[in-house]
Amino acid sequence: MNQMESVASGESRAGFAVSESVPLIALTRIDVTFGVVRALKQADFAFRTGECVAIAGHNGAGKSTLMSVLSGARRATAGWVEAGDKRFERGYDADTARALGVRCVFQELSLCPNLTIEENMRAVHPQLKGFGWRKRARAIIETQLDAIFPGHRLSGKDLVGALSLSQQQMVEIARCFARVDTPVKLVILDEPTSSLDKYTAEQLLTFVRKSAAEGITTVLITHMLNEMLRCADRVMVMRDGGVIATLPVEGLTKDAIIRAMGQFIEGDVTLRERAAPGATAQDAYRWTVGPRQQTTIDAPRGSIVGFAGLAGQGQTDVLNAIYASARGRHSRDRVAYVAGDRRSDGIFPDWTIAQNFDIRSLYDRTRGSWLKAASLRELFDTWARRLDIRGAAAGANILSLSGGNQQKVLFGRALASDADLILMDDPMRGVDIGTKLEIYRLLQDEAARGRTFIWYTTENDELFYCDKTYVFRSGRVTRELSASECTEEALLAASFEEPVR
Amino acid sequence: MNFSAASRRRPLDLRSMLPVISLFAVLVPMAIVQPNTVSYFGGVMLLNLGIPIVFATLAQLSVITANELDLSIGSFVSLVACIGGTLLQSSPWLGWGALAGCVLVYALVGALIEYRRISSVVVTLGLSFVWNGIAVLLLPAPGGQAPEWLASLMSFHMPVVPAPLVWTAAIALCTHLFFMRSALGVSLRGVGGNAGAMHRFGWSIIRSKAVLFGCAGLFGVCSGLTLLGLTTSADANIALRYTLLSVAGVILGGGEFTGGRVSPVGAVLGAITLTLASSFLSFLQVAPEWQIGLQGAILIAVLSLRLVFRLKERRQ
Repeated sequence: MNQMESVASGESRAGFAVSESVPLIALTRIDVTFGVVRALKQADFAFRTGECVAIAGHNGAGKSTLMSVLSGARRATAGWVEAGDKRFERGYDADTARALGVRCVFQELSLCPNLTIEENMRAVHPQLKGFGWRKRARAIIETQLDAIFPGHRLSGKDLVGALSLSQQQMVEIARCFARVDTPVKLVILDEPTSSLDKYTAEQLLTFVRKSAAEGITTVLITHMLNEMLRCADRVMVMRDGGVIATLPVEGLTKDAIIRAMGQFIEGDVTLRERAAPGATAQDAYRWTVGPRQQTTIDAPRGSIVGFAGLAGQGQTDVLNAIYASARGRHSRDRVAYVAGDRRSDGIFPDWTIAQNFDIRSLYDRTRGSWLKAASLRELFDTWARRLDIRGAAAGANILSLSGGNQQKVLFGRALASDADLILMDDPMRGVDIGTKLEIYRLLQDEAARGRTFIWYTTENDELFYCDKTYVFRSGRVTRELSASECTEEALLAASFEEPVR
Repeated sequence: MNFSAASRRRPLDLRSMLPVISLFAVLVPMAIVQPNTVSYFGGVMLLNLGIPIVFATLAQLSVITANELDLSIGSFVSLVACIGGTLLQSSPWLGWGALAGCVLVYALVGALIEYRRISSVVVTLGLSFVWNGIAVLLLPAPGGQAPEWLASLMSFHMPVVPAPLVWTAAIALCTHLFFMRSALGVSLRGVGGNAGAMHRFGWSIIRSKAVLFGCAGLFGVCSGLTLLGLTTSADANIALRYTLLSVAGVILGGGEFTGGRVSPVGAVLGAITLTLASSFLSFLQVAPEWQIGLQGAILIAVLSLRLVFRLKERRQ
């Protein structure tokens, strides 16, 4: 593991002669409005050849909108884009973007689940056709997967719908970097590591530095500040739809980025002392789940229990099994679930924000036969304020919120419920750092009040908030770490431990 | 950490085997009850009836690929049969022109459904009355005459192998190559799988849906003409039951209503299974009024079996 990290951080930043004068692509005074909402206001930025630009900003700051203009998925309302000696008023369309070598990994995955990996290549590259296109597509995507994620165990013939979320993310990223005919010049990665585990995320960051040295510009949108500092040459900071600062990464600290984003943290979030979680047996939850009932999970009431390990090692299955048993016919537990893959498991895409929030109240024990609109509304307003859900009104469609804000709605849904037990399936995907800190604080307060949290996370930093952590590998628990044992090294070691059969 | 992709054994996909299993589940008892089923003439008789249903099912499959549903295919097939029995016989040019126009209308309806984001169920349900009305205008009472060449095409005999078996296999192969293997087919299925993403990559969803509905129209024309070739005379209500049969055939063949998950080979097998099932019920001397209900029961049984397989897959 150490070897891997040193490769990544030791990569030379000045590998490619960055031309200071002529930018690769320059965005000038870009405005985008949706109805009355101004998502982008006079945004300017110039990308140079062979650099990695990280974009920081809280949810709804306009990062994804700016990237959709850059990638040609959306035309701007005003402003222009210059690429080389060409000038495009209000941006360009997807075909022009492809010809310019601009590629984008979207936050919502854009793979077709009913097609195989090689067939998905064709969605992005219509020029793959004629006799033998399949073979060519497979060769290209498999080579690219090998280059970015060595040891990926994927084949071009695999059906995308059958892959795990992190494998799909890997395919999406590899497809983006894959070269068919036009050279790839600029790749936008929108939250690329959000569903990757630490190991594959590391592989990706290493590859980003390597391709920067080969002259490929990468735009990295992430809420992980240490990834930015590790990987980027410059950090673009966005707030309220504008680019407010561009910070060179040398000598930059996390605090400086957070300050520039306009989010101040009073000191560090300290782990608060909580009443000792109940130690007696009847105060604890206990489940025996997993393949052949071999996994036992103990969760004292009022504690935060973490699930760790590489992504997709069965943590979600165990969460689902716990949920199923807690919702079972004879169970008296009140439980809520925060989904991680919000697109498929979390949101109701045709419903409004408020409806998405209210749905959990159908399970509340205190509810009568009829819904009380006024009290639901009040509850929503309280939580919208507490979690700072912004970007659209309560009656707007849930999809009009940015990804992070959608996730906040899902959080609010669980926390506002009457549940004693809250299961969270990697819930922090796409949530900005300020909100995260706020949610960590909320979790600890709620735990102190006696709620129990089971928290699967791919971000090891978050496990330090947990009272104990189960590390998973191949569907089994390999280690159980108490709060004091839960260090980066111990986690990594346990993540790669093969379970005893 | 390094596993080569080739060394991995793919587990046998029970779900894709289901159409084959259900076909045999009908065929084997049928052969026991009536051994003539598997003879040359038995094959010709039974499979001939299946060809129009196979085409109608493929028409439905094209529409389901686009995440839509076509409730007008039955009356459309009837209309085609009526056009074939009247116009195509009296003035071939006008007849072919009318059929081409029908396909065009189908494509336009596909484009309209996407452009205005209307529910295809509503549009095609309305359209089914339009088709039916035109058919009644053309042929108020059962009658008409199939063109000579059509009738002789459908009664064409081959040595050794029953001709309809060869036709069905050829149809299955061609549509499989088109939908599953060709570059165009892949992009059409992509629209069913994730239309938003395809749109972002610069594909025209309207055009794709127009193409898929156009395919449906084309298959519908084939279905109507082959049906006419078999019956030699037409009727405005001749194929109304095809609407539900075609949906059942696609689903029986492993397709799903959403997500662009379809299987042309499976759909062909599904259509044949349904055809055989109704003949089988006749062999058992089940009264016609019970047959439809029993067909439905068979369908439910097969679909529950699919659910069982899916649960099993998930557990692995």
